[in-house]
Amino acid sequence: MIKIVKRDQPSKTIFFFTPVLAIFLTLVAGGLIFYILGFKPFEALKFFFIVPIADKYGLSELLLKATPLCLIAIGLSFCFKSNNWNIGAEGQLTFGAIVSGGVALLFYDQEGFYILPLVILSGAIGGMIYASIPAILKTYFNTNEILVSLMLVYVSKLILDYLVVGPWSNPEGFNFPETRQFSDSARLPLLFEGLRIHTGIFLALAAVVISWFVFYKTYLGFQMKVSGFSLKTAKYAGYKGKKMIILVFLISGACAGLAGVGEITGPIGQLHREVSPDYGFTAIIVAFLGRLHPVGIIFASLVVAITYLGAETAQIFMQIPKYTGQVFQGMILFFLLASDYLLYFKFKFIDSKK
Amino acid sequence: MIIDVNFVGLIIASIMASAVPLILASCGELITERSGVLNLGVEGMMIIGAISGFALMTVTGSLIIAVFGAMLAGVLISTIFAFLTQTLITNHVATGLALTIFGIGISAMIGKNFVGIPGKEFPVLFEGLKDTIPLLSPILFGHSIVFYFAFALPFITSYFLKKTKIGLIVRAVGDSPESASNQGINVRFVRYACILYGGAMCGLAGAYLSMIYTPQWIENMTGGRGWIALALVVFSTWNPIKILIGAMIFGGLTIIQFHMQAIGVRIPVQFLTALPYIVTIIVLVVISRDSRKIRLSTPSSLGKSFHKDN
Repeated sequence: MIKIVKRDQPSKTIFFFTPVLAIFLTLVAGGLIFYILGFKPFEALKFFFIVPIADKYGLSELLLKATPLCLIAIGLSFCFKSNNWNIGAEGQLTFGAIVSGGVALLFYDQEGFYILPLVILSGAIGGMIYASIPAILKTYFNTNEILVSLMLVYVSKLILDYLVVGPWSNPEGFNFPETRQFSDSARLPLLFEGLRIHTGIFLALAAVVISWFVFYKTYLGFQMKVSGFSLKTAKYAGYKGKKMIILVFLISGACAGLAGVGEITGPIGQLHREVSPDYGFTAIIVAFLGRLHPVGIIFASLVVAITYLGAETAQIFMQIPKYTGQVFQGMILFFLLASDYLLYFKFKFIDSKK
Repeated sequence: MIIDVNFVGLIIASIMASAVPLILASCGELITERSGVLNLGVEGMMIIGAISGFALMTVTGSLIIAVFGAMLAGVLISTIFAFLTQTLITNHVATGLALTIFGIGISAMIGKNFVGIPGKEFPVLFEGLKDTIPLLSPILFGHSIVFYFAFALPFITSYFLKKTKIGLIVRAVGDSPESASNQGINVRFVRYACILYGGAMCGLAGAYLSMIYTPQWIENMTGGRGWIALALVVFSTWNPIKILIGAMIFGGLTIIQFHMQAIGVRIPVQFLTALPYIVTIIVLVVISRDSRKIRLSTPSSLGKSFHKDN
């Protein structure tokens, strides 16, 4: 007989094993969905997960997509670790892109070494301003941060839409919903000739290192961890709860804003209607899949980035709808949450004859 | 200026029509939350209902199959949520988000073949009485059965929670699962049932959008209504009657957009579209400011997992 028993302590091995299990289960379920849709499962999975990254160009695209995911997820891990549900990173990304794009447009006909740092900084500040809204409303008005941050996503996309259609649209652009091209000084330099991967990746790597340091080597990181486990304990210990809520929101807003900067000053070089294919939402999955651990998030962002590329490739070669990417992302999170059951419970074989 | 009273009636009726999906989804979610479960997957369940209803209507030609099929689809997708949160004790917020992402993806995948197909006419009730009473006729008569159901639902829900034994059990489970469990109530079973009921109502709300309100399939056509429905539950302080008021306000904001544009008000269209979201935030702030009041009306175990050790 098999009995389910609660573990005395969550298992450490399983903590890092379940993400792998979740990815495996997602592949199995994905194959099944492809089969139901009338495709050969293995071939479809191959087009989805292997073909897109089989060459140099594909790898560059993978890193290009993984960069914003990693950056945002790192920021979100600050929030999630301390029990703050910021799910509006998409809005913070968009607002960061708007502010940095605005600064870049100010200098559209100028060159200078100072432009790019200004643009990057303004993107981070834009994201922080936008993230501070749910944070302040949560701390001083007791308002649910989930709903506020989410509503602000819709608002940010409408602000962007208004700007690129109206006041910021390119005067020589034949009414296309896009702004002027930024000057070269406002662009993040490309890493290799002919590939789209750009220096924004260093921003993501810097975020990884800094967050690792903060989480594991500072008092702040410790405070966040304690508040994540139990807000009551944190209160007893005398931590300044309100300050921390605002701080983690600002950090994650800055990261999302920087991701926005990367999107517009990288390969595109202008503001247009859709600066992000829902990176802000997908990064939530990345953060969980990476176990809110900086190194885990690097791996998770690469895995989830494949779902973006795979969806595109599968659509071109097999006419599989591109939304399969989102389905895969949802499934990864489902399976990850489900396999967490193994963290807290174990199966025990009991000899029923006794 | 003479104001045509029937025109005013028509505007009120159109506000009510746009409130219908919000009422349905909010009342469903309210029952779920009253049992202590926070399901953030409303948007995902609604969009699944929308595509299921539209697809079944197109394929089978039967409106009845389509409406009930959409509700069943809502139930099925919410079963995933119920299994994860109740049996595998996962985090409610994360699971709900996964449900929304998954739902939007699946619906777009199924909906690919249904884009651009015109909808069917949905039968309306009391059409003959449409010109009898000025002002009131357009409000009262000539709507689909789902419309009437939606406006009855808050009252039914309120009666159910306050006056019936099952309603009492639901509230007990939400307010104190430990004591409910000690009284011999199967907490997990009650929560399962409430989650599935919420799924059915969200499915119906989606079907209303794709089959009656719009009526056609457009990708992502719920457009954040699921999230507004979630906000409405907070706004109502978990009181179904207040959902009615909130839904009318948001319905009004949606309708105002069209009329403002029609009479040529020089406000950017994006601002008007953003209005419901901004108002939601403002309303949430006003409601939540009094933290004591919120704490008193929130189901005490909302969003917390309950696990009974054997």
